[in-house]
Amino acid sequence: MNPQSSQADINQEIEAAAQQPGGPQPKIDYAAYRSSVLRHPKQPLQLVDPESVELWAPAFGHRDVADDEADLTIQHAGTPLGERIVVTGRVLDGDGRPVANQLIEVWQANSAGRYRHQRDQHPAPHDPNFTGVGRVLTGADGTYRFQTIKPGPYPWRNHLNAWRPAHIHFSIFGTDFTQRLITQMYFPGDPLFRYDPIFQSITDPKSRELLIAQYDHDLTTPEWNTGYRWDIVLTGSHRTPLDLEETA
Amino acid sequence: MSAAPGQTVGPFFHLGLAYPQMNELVPPANPRAVRLHGRVTDGEGNPVPDAVIEIWQADPLGRVVRRPGSLRRDGWTFTGWGRAATDPDGLYSFATLEPGPAEPGKPAFFAVTVFARGLLDRLFTRAYLPDDAAALAADPLLSAVDPARRDTLITKRVDQGLVFDLRLQGTGETVFLSYPRLRDAWA
Repeated sequence: MNPQSSQADINQEIEAAAQQPGGPQPKIDYAAYRSSVLRHPKQPLQLVDPESVELWAPAFGHRDVADDEADLTIQHAGTPLGERIVVTGRVLDGDGRPVANQLIEVWQANSAGRYRHQRDQHPAPHDPNFTGVGRVLTGADGTYRFQTIKPGPYPWRNHLNAWRPAHIHFSIFGTDFTQRLITQMYFPGDPLFRYDPIFQSITDPKSRELLIAQYDHDLTTPEWNTGYRWDIVLTGSHRTPLDLEETA
Repeated sequence: MSAAPGQTVGPFFHLGLAYPQMNELVPPANPRAVRLHGRVTDGEGNPVPDAVIEIWQADPLGRVVRRPGSLRRDGWTFTGWGRAATDPDGLYSFATLEPGPAEPGKPAFFAVTVFARGLLDRLFTRAYLPDDAAALAADPLLSAVDPARRDTLITKRVDQGLVFDLRLQGTGETVFLSYPRLRDAWA
């Protein structure tokens, strides 16, 4: 692959891939995202009925996650720079049941678009008061809630002048092993969406929208924070409804 | 309801996903501890130094334990779940107990999830224990896969435990799995 592809080249590839019928999940064979070329299986996935341990998810509890890990703005002596936001929503399985008492992990760049990670060499400032890592357990109705700082967009080296839309990484567990999901939450109206091969690897526009949080003025509080709502639907559980009730 | 699409774990996952003893389901000094380890490679056979491997398994008696405590290991509670990041050589390693069969005559396996920079959605697979040839021969999944690829799902015994390599693409590509409700999500 030519590391010096232009944005125009990438746009053409995104456009071409959008013409091929795709499902609601990202295409794992998506060359516009250069790092994917050698890292996706070429053989079809083998369909199997899940059994034993695959019918259950690992359990997490208050021993695993402290309450204050859901607030990314209080992890240091000072207040982080940037737009303070609340992100909240519900985690549901594919049949609409809440995913209760389950772990969500998040990580993100700071307001300047810099990760607190050795490998991030983007010359934007670190924020000594922001690490960008949080954890939370969902409540009985599947609700989660974080307070954080709105992340900035940042450049990467997929092609010349490549920029990622602002996003928060989410790691989510369901009620069975097969529902495991790691994805990215985006912000509404981001001008970088159309240029980003990671976001565009989901070729179905309606499915892409599922990763975009909604601004919600009811979550905005006076003189403190703005608010975003993002509900997360997982795939369906393979256990029977009776099994699921027994574990509730 | 439409399931949310996955996205790559990206290059900065250590920030959000790493925590102490994440790959030690039991302390390595535990006399029953076994080392499950392997290398993650790409389509040219090069190591993948930025992958995350998660395992989820039954206990040695074949029971699915559902105890919290994976993020704050106390050294005594076996939770059945762990996470490892690959090193610069693409190597990952877990200290764990060998899972038992879910029922007599079934082969025991680790359920495995793979994430990586460059991988746009997670992959699932199984890592079977190699010992019970009759149980392996009777297993529906191992019977269904191309015989030439079957061994990619079976761990190998070495001095220090079990080896399970993950080849994301190309020669010796690991068999990765889908499940009925995932296929439903495409409807």
